[in-house]
Amino acid sequence: MINEKYIKVLYINLETEKIHIEHREDLMQYLGGVGIASKLFLENLKPDLPPMDAEQPIVFAIGAATYVFPVITKTVAMFISPLTGELGESYAGARLAMTLLMAGYDAVVITGKAKKQSYLSIATNNVSVKDARAIWGLSVTEVGQYIRDRERHKGQADGKRSILYIGPAGENGVSFAGVTVDTYRHFGRLGLGACMGAKNLKAISVYGNRSIPILNHKKYLKLYQQLYKKSTVTEYMAKYHDSGTPENIMPLNKGGGLPTRNMRTNSFEEAGRVCGESFALKNLVRKMSCTGCPVGCIHIGMYRREFDKGHEYEAISVSYDYELIFALGIFLGISNTDSIIALINEVEEYGLDAISTGVCLGWATDALEKGYITDEDTLVNLQFGKPEAYITAIGNLAKGVNAFYQALGKGSRHAASIYGGGEFAMQIAGNEMAGYHTGYGSLVGAAVGARHSHLDNGGYSLDQNNEAFDEDKYVDALFTEECERCMTNSLIMCLFARKIYDRQTIIDSLNALGWTLTDEDLTAIGRRIYKIKLEIKKALGFRQMGVKIPKRFFETPSMNGILDEDVVKSMIRKYSEKTEEFLTSEGD
Amino acid sequence: MPKMLRSIEMNKCLGCFTCMNVCASFNHKNHSLVKSAIRIRTTGGMASNFICIVCLACAKPACMEPCPSNALVKRDGGGVLLTKEKCIGCRLCEKACIVSAVNFDEEHNHPIICHHCGICTRFCPHDCLQLIDSNH
Repeated sequence: MINEKYIKVLYINLETEKIHIEHREDLMQYLGGVGIASKLFLENLKPDLPPMDAEQPIVFAIGAATYVFPVITKTVAMFISPLTGELGESYAGARLAMTLLMAGYDAVVITGKAKKQSYLSIATNNVSVKDARAIWGLSVTEVGQYIRDRERHKGQADGKRSILYIGPAGENGVSFAGVTVDTYRHFGRLGLGACMGAKNLKAISVYGNRSIPILNHKKYLKLYQQLYKKSTVTEYMAKYHDSGTPENIMPLNKGGGLPTRNMRTNSFEEAGRVCGESFALKNLVRKMSCTGCPVGCIHIGMYRREFDKGHEYEAISVSYDYELIFALGIFLGISNTDSIIALINEVEEYGLDAISTGVCLGWATDALEKGYITDEDTLVNLQFGKPEAYITAIGNLAKGVNAFYQALGKGSRHAASIYGGGEFAMQIAGNEMAGYHTGYGSLVGAAVGARHSHLDNGGYSLDQNNEAFDEDKYVDALFTEECERCMTNSLIMCLFARKIYDRQTIIDSLNALGWTLTDEDLTAIGRRIYKIKLEIKKALGFRQMGVKIPKRFFETPSMNGILDEDVVKSMIRKYSEKTEEFLTSEGD
Repeated sequence: MPKMLRSIEMNKCLGCFTCMNVCASFNHKNHSLVKSAIRIRTTGGMASNFICIVCLACAKPACMEPCPSNALVKRDGGGVLLTKEKCIGCRLCEKACIVSAVNFDEEHNHPIICHHCGICTRFCPHDCLQLIDSNH
């Protein structure tokens, strides 16, 4: 949509291999990103058909200011989550947003199931469904190699390419299989990998090289320079570049908000061994950026693995972040950085979501110890702090080797519904918890949030802002922030940049690209988008009041002490009433 | 002293592509990476190193030699300068450069020549790119 008055949508039917393009002026009111993705998803959704039905859509979209301003780097994906059975929404960085922009598509709607195992090639002047039978079953690293080699676009102007791919977990329909983007970034959460697998879609390559003239050169460059400076010179972004997101570990641990060993406790006695500083000193070998971001928050950690006797070694390297260290380290009681990297590597190769994998294995460890399941189910002796068994278990989970792992592959809520132990299956509305047990904000925020993610409404930061708890104020703040993020996710900026892009900066940036918007317009856009998301959730049968929160959330103290179940229920009720009122209100 | 651009510390490169972005936007009024005279790429996937392909400011520029229309002239400090009006779009300069540093603008039918302005160095967050005194 940059320089245009319409949203360009590419529709692809994998079954018929037909494509068509629409120029949608009516979508401009949703700005871009999650706004246009939500509308397109709602239009193409088939609520009466099962989540994995061939007709269900997968929608990708980029935003109104993608790539052209610093740190505006994300692509959104929307789909029906096989994990929660309702709205699936996930964001990934790397090169994807820039290549979609350069290929010339603001949104891509994929429906149908390919007749044979396939991958999709989207380029500036060509879209095709290609044979992927030979690479079906391959790990994420291997499939990346083959697609890179096949999609060279030789002889064309020197554009750039981005590749998305699934691993065996997605092919096997694990409900929390993710999608890897350009090796180090992911559409991790809520099972987009399984949705692609169900469509016989192993990978998507996007190549772009079109020309995009700058219309208001002077205004654009002036603003670009200011924003570049803000992103690199000022203190806003320094922590993301220095030790990165693992910087959260020590403050969360000190405050008692760090879910440890399936959240039996709220702090980890060995947190210091797995904190950002420890990873930096022992394992960090490189930092990288998503395209268009000068910050460089992607931290690559490496360890030396002995694969055979006789001094036979290889280097294993992965990108690490707070959430991965939480889920595959702290939540499993593992305090060795090399072991955590080995576990991340396993999750990467099979194409799983790291958070759900770790949290599901945490439940399984507890359930085994308590006798809900046996060694015959788990096949290995899962014990907190013992990485070797978890490495085997991750493969078992991705491959669905027996009835137990097949059940666990549908999420901890589902597994506990069969084997028992639901009171300590640490999920909210079916989505495994993120690494924040900070208080009412994080818990209620995840329960009512559109995709039950900590990033929907930032409840965890509400808990940490040192203001006295007030039920009504919290409910209002969660609602307001949810709407605000609908707006910022229509740009689509990285959430780390939210201090750089205040309202006025967003208005100025969009203005440099030809939009004329006011502060009120931005508020209205956020609310308009949230309304559509709520409609999607309603169509898929979700009710906020129906969310059942496992007991352990009320037993293990949070950063703000023991949480009262009645207060949480009351807050969810109030939020639910608020959204009902909002849905029936006129206008935006 | 005339300057020339050098990618001297590519080990520090984050792969943010800001250099390409600003080269295209400042010099060619375009957002597209294909308009950039400097190119960053991997040597085989994101796990490999980033490399920089840009004009090395040759004292005896091979790209200039086959130019049939005198569109390329020697630049003080190394490399060449392009006079777009004289260019016929034959792409002989592109073929002559052995480090593949001559990019071609298919839309406007002329090569994209680095004139060592150094805008990319001002926007390199890790100082991989630097403008140094020319040794020619």
